Amino acid sequence: MKALIQFVENKIQPNFEKGGKFHKFHRSFEAFQTFLYVKGDVTRQGSHIRDAVDMKRTMFHVVIALTPVLLFGMWNAGLQHYRALGMDVSFWNEFWFGFLRVLPIVVVSYVVGLAVEFIFAEIRNHEVNEGFLVSGMLIPLIVPVTTPLWMVALATIFAVIIGKEVFGGTGMNILNPALLARAFLFFAYPAFMSGEIWINTTLREGQALVDGFSGATPLAMLAANEVQNLPSVLEMFLGTIPGSIGETSTLAILIGALILIATGVGSLRIILSVVVGGLFMGLLLNLFSVNEFMAIPPYYHLIMGGFAFGAVFMATDPVTASQTPRGKYIYGFLIGVLTVLIRVLNPAYPEGMMLAILLMNVFAPLIDHYVVEANMKRRLKRMKPSTVKVQA
Amino acid sequence: MSDNTNKPKKEELFSVKNRKLLSNPMGKDNPITVQVLGICSVLAITVQLKTSLVMAISVMAVMAASNVIISLLRNTIPPRIRIIVQLIVVASLVILVDQVLKAFVYDVSRQLSVFVGLIITNCIIMGRLEAFALSNKPWPSFLDGIGNAAGYGAVLLTVGFFRELLGSGTLFGYQVIPNFLYNIGYVNNGFMILPPMALIVVGVIIWIQRYKNPELVDVS
Repeated sequence: MKALIQFVENKIQPNFEKGGKFHKFHRSFEAFQTFLYVKGDVTRQGSHIRDAVDMKRTMFHVVIALTPVLLFGMWNAGLQHYRALGMDVSFWNEFWFGFLRVLPIVVVSYVVGLAVEFIFAEIRNHEVNEGFLVSGMLIPLIVPVTTPLWMVALATIFAVIIGKEVFGGTGMNILNPALLARAFLFFAYPAFMSGEIWINTTLREGQALVDGFSGATPLAMLAANEVQNLPSVLEMFLGTIPGSIGETSTLAILIGALILIATGVGSLRIILSVVVGGLFMGLLLNLFSVNEFMAIPPYYHLIMGGFAFGAVFMATDPVTASQTPRGKYIYGFLIGVLTVLIRVLNPAYPEGMMLAILLMNVFAPLIDHYVVEANMKRRLKRMKPSTVKVQA
Repeated sequence: MSDNTNKPKKEELFSVKNRKLLSNPMGKDNPITVQVLGICSVLAITVQLKTSLVMAISVMAVMAASNVIISLLRNTIPPRIRIIVQLIVVASLVILVDQVLKAFVYDVSRQLSVFVGLIITNCIIMGRLEAFALSNKPWPSFLDGIGNAAGYGAVLLTVGFFRELLGSGTLFGYQVIPNFLYNIGYVNNGFMILPPMALIVVGVIIWIQRYKNPELVDVS
């Protein structure tokens, strides 16, 4: 290991330093160098306290938290495929099939997104932002396994440029880039983002789909008023249901949530308030119960569709969420409420999580503003009586 | 301005100053990308190139004519009711344009629907009348009207070009994207048909323009 570090610092680094052959690309070089090792640079003047957990490590924690979801998604893609064909194959066969389908999406997302990031870093002469490490993993997890690769690439470019770079790069974006990629796909190619697209049903010779096969997600079933077809609660919790690659398994997402909370990256406040908001709205709709969708138990909403995934990985994005503690409660609660509202009352959008989070992303700064204002008012009020007393 | 001087010098028809009236709105004084006026119609009618072109020509006709008329009337309009006079002039011209469109390009007129009538409320026209025609001679006013309408039309056509090409795969209604691309899996981008994408395209145009012209970037 030491030899490798020595080699990089002594042999390769000079090429990228001032006067070196590849000085033009020193931003890209630094990005790769610091991927595994923190550079030995020290601040010369003044005193600075630096945490070992910089942005790159923070992002890495999220990627680790996403791993269970990704692995489960791969297996589930295979499981659903073979189930649709009526075949009973071993666990590894299922996993291998899903692996071959999901990996290209992940690779395309990373390669395209990082290429855009590096180009912008070189043009604008700033360091390569690490934000895409997470976005690049999130994008594959929130698309159906059947999405064509060029669409993934296009959506990634759109998300990184329009969602992030126009605002000034990582940390300046208003909207969550990964969700923006999905929103782009959702509106640009609706035929590929809704309907019977959740399961890869490519057939080989001599194969046929099972009779009565339905590739609909639980939410689509509910929107079509087919409550009787709904999978069992256990299935929905474990995630052996059709859906986007990473969103189906509430169990895997919970493991990820534990990692996020343990490492302090994800905000427990937001996750909990999203859940409370969803349950609250579910209960409220139960009171009316005009149709069967309104009458389903509120906790169904938590395990169907992208609710859990959105609550844990999307709503907690530290850049686009509210910053103040009280603001986080309001922000999360409204996401939960809006999600269930859109799901149940708007027939055009079976899944409300994406739209709810994007909408609240826009409102997050406003929420923060009023939370801060309210705090200032409260403190001013506390001050007034005392000043009056002194005067008297 | 110069007509109050003692010895009025005859100005050339296309002097440097007059040429600037034509060229400035195309670049650093563009009504849409710099002054950010008339955005509504850009969102509404740029789904196709044909409607964009008809709209651009209509606005150019209304703008040039109204600028000239107001400029001719400028010394007789009482300042208190000038807005109403301007509106009447613009509205009459818009009705004329509407009738012409209905007579000759009925289908496009149907697609533009209410937005032909809404040319009356196009802030670029009122803005030029107020800011330029009321205080300038007819010829410069005419050039100013043509120039601003051209600047408006240029953005309209650019947005319309990308929206029709990427959204429908056609230009002026003719298929441009070859069939073999569709066969290998290319799909038209449905987002381009929706108004929000027009806003994003305009935003990208503004971005590129300011990147090339750093003086336009307002520091705030």
